[in-house]
Amino acid sequence: MKRALRIIAGVLIIGATAFWAATGANRGWTKTHVPKKITDEATGLEGIQWQEKFVPGVDFLGAALLGAGVLTGLSFLSRAKSNNPAIKTEQ
Amino acid sequence: MKTKFTLLAFIALAGAALAAPQTFDFKDPKGINNAGFKLDAPLEAINGSASGISGAVTFDPGIPGATKGKIIVATASLMLPNPMQKQHMLSDKWLDAAKYPEISFESKEFKKVQTAGDTTTADVTGTFILKGVSKEITVPVKLTYMKDKLGQRVPDQKGDLLVIRASFTIKRGDFNINPGQFEDKVSDAIEITLSIAGASPK
Repeated sequence: MKRALRIIAGVLIIGATAFWAATGANRGWTKTHVPKKITDEATGLEGIQWQEKFVPGVDFLGAALLGAGVLTGLSFLSRAKSNNPAIKTEQ
Repeated sequence: MKTKFTLLAFIALAGAALAAPQTFDFKDPKGINNAGFKLDAPLEAINGSASGISGAVTFDPGIPGATKGKIIVATASLMLPNPMQKQHMLSDKWLDAAKYPEISFESKEFKKVQTAGDTTTADVTGTFILKGVSKEITVPVKLTYMKDKLGQRVPDQKGDLLVIRASFTIKRGDFNINPGQFEDKVSDAIEITLSIAGASPK
């Protein structure tokens, strides 16, 4: 159990960091919409269209780090499974 | 003599009709018209835009300095990339979009008018209303009159276009938007860029 929690915590940190880096390493807040410039050919005006897109930011990384921290903390609280037959007999 | 007089009267009337001011409607069916806003605070930069633009401007190609009009932005149409930031911005703590659904600018006077071809630049003084607070400001604008170009923008419609471009800065503190607070994260200065086109169908 202890080992499993630590592995999950590690996977969470690595996965979140890899996802954050792969989506552009946004150092601002997480975005759910991104602006896309569109040009009106008749007037030359540049407009903005908002497109739905999830871009994780530093708050996403922080949440992943917090989650991993909680899991690691829980791993210290959980008891290790004993393989000692002597202890089993005593129980 | 009578024929000459009738001809002159006709020419004068036709001239007056051609020079008559036109009203341009800025409700944009294409959704291109937008007002961008930027707040560059030491700790955080906020970039967004608004699309809910309406209003009307009366423009006379012969007398661009006599232009009058009002442009309205729907407060609820202000958009930010982060949903929580957007929610905060529109809440009663900041813009209070429910109570103040419109941001507007109404022109009063054009100064330093310079026209070259179809393009006019001027400093426009008018009333800017934000969060229920009115303030007189002067904004440099560029107007481009595009005769008979409406059909290129909206198929099957004949008429003219008027393009307005403006960039100016206001201070949120002047409009009672948390004056003097959170300035490390939310800049007091708001840079506004307006890029809009109005239509005058014939």
